[in-house]
Formats: sequence, C-alpha cells, structure tokens
Amino acid sequence: MSTLLVLLLLLPAAGIAALYLAPAELAARIGAAVGAAVLVLSLVLLPLFDYGHAGRMQGQLKLSWVPTIGLDFQLGIDGISLPLLLLTTLLAAICLFYAQRTTTADDKGRTFTALLLLLTIGMVGTFLAENLLLFFIFFEIVLIPMWALIHEWGSGKDNGADARRAANKFILYTLLGSALMLLGFIVIYSHAHTFDMVTLAQRPGFGLTTGVQATAFLLVGLGFAIKTPMWPLHTWLPDAHTAAPTTGSVLLAGVLLKMGTYGFIRIGIGLLPLGAHRFALALAAFGVVGIVYGALACIAQLRRGGDLKRLIAYSSVGHMGFVLLGLGSMTRVGIDGALFASVAHGLITGLLFFLAGGVKERLGTTDLYAIGRGLYGRARRYGVLVAFAAMASLGLPGLAGFWGELYVLIGAYKPAPGLNVLGFHILMGVAGLGMVLTAAYLLMLVRRICMAPPQGADGPSESSESGDADEVSETDQENEADEVRESSPSVPSSAASGSTTTGSAAIGSPIPAFADLTPRELISWLPLGALILAAGLWPAIILAVADPAVHALFGGVR
Amino acid sequence: MNTFALIAIALPALGAVSTFAGGRDRRHARFWSTAPTLLAFLATLAVSVAHGTGGTSVQATRLAPAGGLEIWLGTRVTGLAAVIGILVTFVASCVQVYSLTYMKDDRRYATYAGLISLFTSAMLLVVFSADLIVLLVGWEIMGVCSYFLIGHYWEKPEARSGSIKAFLVTKTGDVPFLFGIIALGVQAGSFRISDVLFAATTPGDLHHTTLIAALLLCGALGKSAQFPLHSWLPDAMAGPTPISALIHAATMVAAGVYVIALLYPVFLLAPGVLTTLAVIAAITMTGAALAALAQTDIKKILAYSTVSQLAYMMGALAVGGRTAAIFHLVNHGAFKALLFLAAGVVIHRVGSNELSDFGGLRHRMPVAFGTMTVGLCALVGLPPFSGFFSKESVLGAAWQANGQFAAAGWIVLIAGIVTVVLTAAYSMRMWLKMFYGPFPEESSGDPSPAWPVEAPQSELVILTLLAIPSALLGFLALSRGTFDTWIGGYEGQVVSSLAAVDLNPILATSLIALAAALLGGGLVWLVWRRDPAGDPATILGPLRVPALRGFYFDEAQDFLLVRSTKALAGLVAFLDTEVIDAYVRGAGAGTRTVGGLVRRSQTGNVQLYLTVLLTGVIVIACVFAGQVG
Repeated sequence: MSTLLVLLLLLPAAGIAALYLAPAELAARIGAAVGAAVLVLSLVLLPLFDYGHAGRMQGQLKLSWVPTIGLDFQLGIDGISLPLLLLTTLLAAICLFYAQRTTTADDKGRTFTALLLLLTIGMVGTFLAENLLLFFIFFEIVLIPMWALIHEWGSGKDNGADARRAANKFILYTLLGSALMLLGFIVIYSHAHTFDMVTLAQRPGFGLTTGVQATAFLLVGLGFAIKTPMWPLHTWLPDAHTAAPTTGSVLLAGVLLKMGTYGFIRIGIGLLPLGAHRFALALAAFGVVGIVYGALACIAQLRRGGDLKRLIAYSSVGHMGFVLLGLGSMTRVGIDGALFASVAHGLITGLLFFLAGGVKERLGTTDLYAIGRGLYGRARRYGVLVAFAAMASLGLPGLAGFWGELYVLIGAYKPAPGLNVLGFHILMGVAGLGMVLTAAYLLMLVRRICMAPPQGADGPSESSESGDADEVSETDQENEADEVRESSPSVPSSAASGSTTTGSAAIGSPIPAFADLTPRELISWLPLGALILAAGLWPAIILAVADPAVHALFGGVR
Repeated sequence: MNTFALIAIALPALGAVSTFAGGRDRRHARFWSTAPTLLAFLATLAVSVAHGTGGTSVQATRLAPAGGLEIWLGTRVTGLAAVIGILVTFVASCVQVYSLTYMKDDRRYATYAGLISLFTSAMLLVVFSADLIVLLVGWEIMGVCSYFLIGHYWEKPEARSGSIKAFLVTKTGDVPFLFGIIALGVQAGSFRISDVLFAATTPGDLHHTTLIAALLLCGALGKSAQFPLHSWLPDAMAGPTPISALIHAATMVAAGVYVIALLYPVFLLAPGVLTTLAVIAAITMTGAALAALAQTDIKKILAYSTVSQLAYMMGALAVGGRTAAIFHLVNHGAFKALLFLAAGVVIHRVGSNELSDFGGLRHRMPVAFGTMTVGLCALVGLPPFSGFFSKESVLGAAWQANGQFAAAGWIVLIAGIVTVVLTAAYSMRMWLKMFYGPFPEESSGDPSPAWPVEAPQSELVILTLLAIPSALLGFLALSRGTFDTWIGGYEGQVVSSLAAVDLNPILATSLIALAAALLGGGLVWLVWRRDPAGDPATILGPLRVPALRGFYFDEAQDFLLVRSTKALAGLVAFLDTEVIDAYVRGAGAGTRTVGGLVRRSQTGNVQLYLTVLLTGVIVIACVFAGQVG
C-alpha cells in the first residue's frame, strides 16, 4: 500500500518528464492519461484499505530525508484523508481530461498541462504527508502552479491585468498564511521535538500547556483560515476564482480549500485539542458570519453587472462557513459533518465551476446579464444540470450538500463539553438564516439564467427603467433581484469592471446560440453528478470511512 | 406489511427515474407515470389490509452513523400512516390518469409526470419513514417537486415568482423544523420515531419541550400554509391545475397536519404551543375564508379555501382532537382534489380562470356541474356529505375541549363557526357564478356553439371516482370509533373500540353550523338574485379590496423582509470591496514598499515568494539551532 502512495506522487512527476520528452501536440493527451492513471491508482486503494481500522494510519512509509531539521519523507492514509484524496484524484483526472479541448498544441499548452500535474502532486501530497514539514512543503508546492494558472491563463479586463492582480493577491495572501503556519509548526516542534504527525497524534497536546497550544493553534489556524477561507480572510477568493481558468477554479474550490479544512482537522484539532478548544467558539462564529455574509454577497451578485463565477466563489465562503461551524463544535458528529461538507462542496462547486466554464466557452462571458435567459429552453440538458447543481448547493436532502450541513448542525446543537452551549445555539439560528438566504440566491440564479422565455443579453434601455418588463409585476423575492439591480448606482467596482467590457459587446444582441451539452462535457461532469446523488442517497459511503477516523482523532473519547 | 410499504415508496420512485430517463418519449412517460402509481395504490391498500388495526410495526436498516447517533432507513407502519398512504396514492393515481389527457398537448409532459411520481414517492417516504431524518428528506423533496411543478410554465412571470416564493417560504419553516428534529433526536438519543415518541411519553426525558414543539410547529405551518407562512399557496396556483389538486390541496399541504399528528405526544408536552396553534388556526381560517370570498380567480378561491380548511385541521389538533383532524384531512383530500380537477375541466373548456368569464355552465358541463356540486356541498359541510361529518367532528372536539384545551376550544369553536358562514358564502358565490346565470358571451348576443364533448372520458371518470368518497366518506363517523381504531393511538398503539374517540356529530354544534351555513349561503344567494351579472363579493363592503389583495400581507412581507435583505446585500457588496478588501490592498501596498527594497534586483512575485520561503527555512534553522544549543 505504501508503494501505491509513493506512486501517486511519482506518476504525475513522471508525467511532467514525459511531457517535455514528447512533442507538444501530445501534451494534453499525456496529461489526461496521467490523470486517469492516478485516479485508477487511487481507486486501487479502496480494496486495500482496512475499513475495520479506518481510524488507524495505514500504508505508512517513513524515509529519513533531512534529519537535521526533523524532515522525514513520511506518508500514510486514514479515514480522514482517504475521501479527500479520492476527491483530489477524481477532480484532477476530470480537469486533465476536460482541459484537452482548450489546451493549445504548443509550448504554452505543454506548460499548462505540466502545471496541472504539478498541482496534482502538491494536492495529493498534502493529504498523504504525515510529517509537518513535508505537509508544509506540499502545501507550498500547490501555490506556484495555481498562481501561474491564474496569472497567465486567467481572464479579466485590461488584457488580463485583472487576472494578474488576482493572482498576486492570491499568492500574497496564502503566503502570509503559510508563513504563520510554519511558525506554528515551529512552536510545536520546539516543545515536542518532532514533526512526526503520527507520533504527535498519539498523545494529543503532547503535554503542552493550554497557553502554548493556543499560541500554536492561533498561528496554524490563521494559515488554514486563509486557505479555507474564513471570513474576513476570504477576499482573495472571489478575485482568484473569477479570474482563474475553468480547471483552475475547479481545483481551487474543489481541492485547495479542503487543504484548509484538512489542516484544521488533522493538525489544529488533532494535534492541538486544548488550543482548538480555546478558539472553537470564535472559529464557529466566524464561520457563521461567513455563511450569512457569503449568501448576501451572492444576492448582491444577482444585480446588474453580477458575475456567475464570482457568485459561485462567494457561495464557497458560505459553504465553508458550515465546515468551520462543524469544526468549532469540536464534536465527532460536527467534524464528520465538516469532512462530509468538504467533500460535498468539492463535488458540487466543482460541477458549478465546470458549468460556468462551459458558459464562458460558449459565450465568452460569465456576466449574468449577458448570458441571456431561458436556458431550460435554449439548452435543455444544460439548464437542467444547472438547476441540479443549484439544488445540491442549497443543501437539498437526497443530494450530497445536505448531510454535511445536518451533521454540522447536530454538532452545534450539542458542542463539546466546556463550550458555550447558548452561544452555539445562537450561531445555529444565524446559520439557519443563512440557509434560507442560500436557497434564495440559488433559486434567483436559476430563475435568472434558466427560466423565462429565451432571450439574449438585456439591452440597457430595458434595464435602466424597470428591469425586464415582465418581472416588474413579480412580487416578493423576485423583486429582490430586480430592484436591487435597479437601485444600485454603486455597483462594486471590481464586479462591474470585470463585466462591463464583455457585457457591452453583447448588449442588444439577439439570443446568443447556446449549444447543449457536448459529449466531452457529459463524460467529465457525469461522475460529479453521479457522486453528488450517490453521496446524498447513501451518505455512509463517506461516513463509514470518516467516522471511525474522526473518533480516533479524539482518542476515541467522545 | 412493511414490505408493501417499501414497495409503495419504491414504485413511484422507479417510475420517476424511468420517466426521466425516457426523455420526451410520450408513450414511455405515460406508461411509467401511471402504472407504478396505480400499483403503489394497490400496495398501500395491501399495507392497510395487512395492518388492520394492529399497532406499529417497524423495519429498518442503518443508513449512516452520526457520531454516536445513527440514521435508519426503513418503514414504520401505523394505522395513521396506512390511512394517509391510501389517500396519497389514491389522489396521485387519479391525478396521473387525469393528466394523460389534460396535459396531452404539453411539450414537457414527461418532466411533469416524472416529477409527480417523484413527489408521490417522497410523500410516501414522509408517511412511512421510521426515522425523522429520512422523513425530513422526503419532506424537502416534496418541497422541491412542488417548486419545479409550480414553475412548470417557466415562461410566465407568475410561475417564476410563485415557485421561488413557495420554496423560500416553506424553507423558512423547514429550517426551524430541522432544528426541532435535531433537538428531539439528540435528547432522545435516537432519530427513530418510535424512540422519540417513547422519550416524549417518559417524564423527564425531554427538556425545553416548548421550544422544540414551537420549532417543529414552524415547519408544519410552512408546509400547511398557515399564517404567517401561508402566502405561498395562493401564488402556487400558477402551476398546472392537476398539480394544485394533488400537491397544493390534497397531499403535500396536509403533511404539516400529519407531522403534528405523528409527533402529537411531543406537542402535548407544550400546552402553550397548542394554544398558540389555536390562535394561528383561528386567524388563518377566517382570514383565508374572507380572502376566498373576494378572489376573482377560481383557482385562487380554491387555494384560499384550502388554507382555510387546513386551519380547521390545525384547530382540531390544537384542542386535542387528533382523530378529528385526520378525519377532516382525509375527507378534505378527497373533495378538494375533486374540486380542483373539476375546476380544471371547466377552465380548459372556457379558457379562463376568471370568475367573470363563467356562467350558466350547468347544462353544458353536466358532469363537472354535478361533481363540483358534491364537492362544494362537502366543503360547506351540508349533511350527508363527507365534509359535514368531519367538520362537525372538529367543531365537536372544540366544543368538548376542557382542561388545558379549554381556552383553545373556545377560540377554535368561534372562529370555526364564523368560517362556516364565510365558507358557505364563497362556495355559493362560486357555484352560482360558474353554473347559473348567463354565459358571458351569450349576454353579449353571441351564442357560442354547443359543446359536443364536455371533456375526455377519462377525466370525467376520475371526477366521478372522486365524487364517491367526497359524498360518502363521512358516514364512517356514524360507526362509533371505527376511524379512531383505524388510525391508532398517539404512539401508534392499538386502540380498543371501547376507548376510541367517537366522531358522531354533536347536536348543538351541528345545528349552529347548519344555521351558519344557511346564513352565509342565503345572503350570497339573495345578493346574486338581485343582480345575477354582478359579483356577490360586494357583501364584503369595504373589506373587499383588502381581502382580494390577501390583506396586503405580500406587501408587508416585501417591505419588511425582502427590502431589508436587499439593503443588507447591498451593504455586504460595499463592505466586501470597500472595507474588508481595502485593508488587504493596504497591506499589499505596504508589502510592496518593503518588498521594493528586497527585490530591487529582482522582478516578479515568484522571487518574492522564494524569498519568503527562504526566510522561513532560515527561521527553522535558527530555532533548530536554538534547540540543539
């Protein structure tokens, strides 16, 4: 099994080498093949994994690397990392497959594929690493390709200047987080004299006083909080997502954010339980603010000038808020929920970003008002898939989004001993408000692009007066979108700037043709849709693995 | 019998999947939407026969661990569930068959029929689930089916707004409902309904019962469209008429009543919540009946009438009359489905929903006239139609309420009798305006050609089929306690026929209610006779316009909730770019200034990154050195 784990890292590396040996035309195909091979390899783990001991680190491998600083090449996998690892390999494989169409057959295309493979190494390594320093290294490896993807392949106004700004913001932000995280690791090391996560986990807290643990948690936690992202450290996210190319957005939302969650669970709560306990309520509170804040920001995106990708990005802030609430509850069920919600968010938001990418490919814009309406009529299957993803995203029971939220709320209802119960109940109430708002913006999104008689981009005259004429009479929440749009002279500068150039080109145009799902899209997206449904109908496929591991995380106490 | 219940749930689900998989193939969709539903009807009959009056039987397997708690997938058959199961599959079968011809010209028939099947399955899941979480799954899937079906004609603005409103308003109730279930489950140590009911009947097992009951009540109010979460139901009429019959009259909206009946022991622990429910029911039943009297769209009349009738059931629950509530639920399910489907036939022929476009249809549409008359008589509560007996059982329960229910009893009784006046009035108005008087086109001197066919046979057969229970179901009340032994006790236990609740009408309330009905109907008749072309709604006087507008509830909601949300969203958008991001940009600028010194000889951010990384490594080395030293 440990061989497999190493192979998971070596294969993409070999793929990168092969890319530069083979002619550039083959780059995309090699990438897709490597992605598929990594996925298959990771699936081989499934029968090998010992489900009876899902809480135990399996397939351990420990090679001494730089002994002077305690850096060992140490890998392993348990019930917490397995679902995230599979999510990573799946999304990476799908992205590499999907990217074949857009990747150019030149050196730039080759670089693009190589970056995706490098990204894969970093992501997979993060979930496998069992040494804090190694974890840090993989965590950092991810940043460079992601920065490059946004910087070079991103889109935005001023010939991509926006994208470059977004990329820089992303890297500055996350670097700051990484630096703090590293400091936290050093604090741990200075007291425990090891970076070995398995050893550390065997005696959680390793006899540190609450004060030291709290310091370490604060440092480490800030790093993860930026990655997750936690309100108010989220502002890198909307820009990065909006600018990134489709595959970048998918991996960013689907996997990179989960590295924050995973870090919180494995290192924050697993290694520093007392420190985590001290900040648990704050963590939950910031998460809950994020839920409501993200939903409101999404509603604001439905005004004129709003952008589909930016909306999905803000929705991530809300969804990750639930994850933080679950973590903050410090209970087994809450962390089960956080883990489930992470995986579900990876699938659902991955699908949403793919769909947004498809829109961008067809129309050249993701401006919500340039897409035109009536997707149900113009591209039936595409429209239905958008509605499906939206339903999953709003947490419809029977789809993946529900169980994470449910478990998180159960955790919040009865948080760990010593935590302020009343405080958590208040947070639950606020989170409930966020759930309604989340439903509101997703339904408004569906109405905006899927419903209504098919029509092209709204002309300026139509909108400046009263929104779509047919919507004036629509009452209630319908007005929410339209009236906000009318009465908003101060559209957020960044949101408006991204769309005016593209939007103005489409103004007054007839209904842009919108091709329905292509076979490639169907193949790429079907696994996501199927898994969303499967995890929704049978949540045990994730929980049966994760629950024992989370149980073990607490030393089997709670 | 649990197997039959499982089959009943699975069949429509299978039908839905197959219908969706068949694309737009009409014949495929017709088969896969009707056959499984009809079989499911037989399965629920089998459940009922096998169950007889025998307590509760549970069969479940573990669905997922929940950190100490567990979620169980399985069926729990009680008499209550068996009765409601039959109602659901019976009406669903009627609606599917009716839709074969009614929706035959619709391009999206397959999607429509598949959603109905999915809805039927979800409703049966609610009815038969052994676990509260699984019940919630069915509960929300019903909601989303309702959302999609209301939005069936998504080209129309009212369908778009109606669908969103329905989802959001019910969701507003569902979130507290979810919290209530969580609280119940965590305190009872299990989400299984039997365990929860056991905990509720064991003194000291549950805490904060008032809060829990209030939270659960929110969900029921949302689903059953009770004040203040009622405003979605009239707007839901933008969907196809058969959907209004199935989902927005007979079944889904009754789910709220069902859930309170199911978890009745929990509610009995919270008398304050039940008294509140009585007040809510009183406001809803009178308010909605007033609104129904003023509406000009016949579907909206029926929608407000549904809200008002559901309030009767809620009122019965509030005064301890669980059996009466369920009895009215079943009867109402039959006659309201009938009314909607008959109205659908008429609407199709006339091509309008507006009351002013109807008139004198009794000879042209004899079947619709006859069946609708039965339905309206049942709605008003004229003996011997079903509605008379079930409404009397509700009023009787309120009359006899004592002890903790005394206050609630008076509230429900008075509101109930006032509502009888109003119900008779709006029913009479609708009946006269639709079937008597001149047909509007004739009065303008343009005799329209006779209609050779009233509606396709299959639709008329369905109307007749529904008219039978609407007329006759009530007689169940006369056989002492039969219905109560069918639905079983609060915790699903067997009820002996001696201890069973008697639903026989009480003389006093019967006479008062009959007088009230004659008063309401008679007044409208008098007004109408003076001016057959006018609208008898004028008897409302100054109340008419507010009632027509639903007492401006939508406007208030819009002002209080929608606008404030909007404003907040605008504020967040401003905060995000101008405040929160500003400190980031500020920090970025600061970094650049500092970084400018470092990278004087370098360009680009990768270098900056490497610098920081290098710094990190140096720090590690230093600390390490410190440790060693």
